[in-house]
Amino acid sequence: MDVFQVEHAHTWLKLANERIQANKEQLTELDQAIGDGDHGINMARGFKEVISKLDANDYDTVADVMKDTAMTLMSKVGGASGPLYGTAFLKLSMAFKGKNVDYQTFIKGIDEAVNGLKQRGKAEIGEKTLVDVWAAVSETLQDNTTFAGDTILQTAKTAMEHTKETMATKGRAAYFKERSIGHLDPGAVSSYYLFEALSLTIDEGA
Amino acid sequence: MKKIVNNPEQVVTDMFKGFVSAHANTMKQLSETTVVTRKEAPITGKVGLVSGGGSGHEPAHAGYVGKGMLDAAVFGEVFTSPTPDQVFEAIKAVDSGAGVLLIIKNYTGDVMNFEMAQEMAEAEGIQVDKVVVNDDVAVEDSSFTTGRRGIAGTIFVHKIAGAIAEQGKSLAEVKAAAEKTIDYVRSIGMAIAPCTVPAAGNPSFTLAEDEMEIGIGIHGEPGIERKKLANANEIATELVEKILADMDFTDSDVAVMINGLGSTPEMELYIVNGRVQEILQEKGITVYRTFVGEFMTSLEMAGCSVSLLKLDNQLKALLDAPSEAPAFRN
Repeated sequence: MDVFQVEHAHTWLKLANERIQANKEQLTELDQAIGDGDHGINMARGFKEVISKLDANDYDTVADVMKDTAMTLMSKVGGASGPLYGTAFLKLSMAFKGKNVDYQTFIKGIDEAVNGLKQRGKAEIGEKTLVDVWAAVSETLQDNTTFAGDTILQTAKTAMEHTKETMATKGRAAYFKERSIGHLDPGAVSSYYLFEALSLTIDEGA
Repeated sequence: MKKIVNNPEQVVTDMFKGFVSAHANTMKQLSETTVVTRKEAPITGKVGLVSGGGSGHEPAHAGYVGKGMLDAAVFGEVFTSPTPDQVFEAIKAVDSGAGVLLIIKNYTGDVMNFEMAQEMAEAEGIQVDKVVVNDDVAVEDSSFTTGRRGIAGTIFVHKIAGAIAEQGKSLAEVKAAAEKTIDYVRSIGMAIAPCTVPAAGNPSFTLAEDEMEIGIGIHGEPGIERKKLANANEIATELVEKILADMDFTDSDVAVMINGLGSTPEMELYIVNGRVQEILQEKGITVYRTFVGEFMTSLEMAGCSVSLLKLDNQLKALLDAPSEAPAFRN
């Protein structure tokens, strides 16, 4: 893959939705341990709506796919995940606007998404949130020169697993302090599924 | 799980329909939203008050919509903040040109969604300000965490801000009174049994028969400390002492709220209140008014929270002002 096309974007979100739906209970259980137990339910509702929206429209640009995804997540997910995932996709849309999404544009978009997530969530790396996964992927992408699915997958997986050992200092889990250690962060896990879907999209070439 | 629902994923939609028809005399639904407003909104010259949050806290938040309290409430999914577009609709519907105050509880999701709605409204030229309620002393307030949660003390903020807004005061004055209330209110909760979010289908945490959890939030999240179940007097003592350790109420007049979390009978709430009143008397704290009942629940969680609000003359008058909200008649 040299250029990320509309069909890639659509496949990415379709695969992401499949993973979110299949792991809805797991995400909710993780959130029950250190949050309020609605992450799987909310993400499943939001991504289902995203797919209905994308399937019902024809898109000319990746930016438009990202924008509709962002708006749908923002208005259907709620909680903290809605604004956060909404912001991430909105930043991707803004970075891709009017551009051919080649590798450089793509990594610029992910970088902007990370900045958006940090700003919206007032979070930094290492606070046991989805930022940990997004920032790790962004860094790996910067170190590469072409779309490489397996690298993205491994990076996201390692970063997601690392949230198990860390203590939460942001989000609902922060109230658990030491008790948050030993539990994966639900947002990091849902972000992992998103990047797993991206890596498959890249490897399969849509 | 045994609940009276049709479809676990439709509970909010179904509840909303029932709520709107139950309160059709005083409230209206904004079409195609999960927002209810006072029937007469927007009210000329009056600051609009908007609150909301996840469902499952009934009678919060929509039960506090009415003359003397909120102008609009926004329903979210169960224990999930409403989305920015919904909050934005509420803001537009209650703004009469005098501005709108958002009353937000301090949870990451609520703050983010309401702030985004505020940004949307400001972009359209509506004057919007916000206050964030953080009355829960169970949670340490440190720069490394999200800060304290907002729990039942929020009802006092709705009441005080609602009363002053009703007098036609400016957005800055309404905000100042709301902030004073937030500064003066402290709460803490405890549970003896968890709740079950309908769509999740299993309890949010487990407690053994002889265990209780101190410092729980209102979303089924576990508390800060799990210990052996104590009797009502011991529980009341522990909760009040945690509040008094956080803020000095000596020689103050206070309002007391004993709030049930969903499945604790009034009998038990009154037992707790009996001991709370004794302790306050022993400490030289004068109780001006007491509220016992369900104000901010957590589905069918068994347990209660205690809130204390320090009162000066302004707050006393505002607390005593009339309210026609269905869940807070005054």
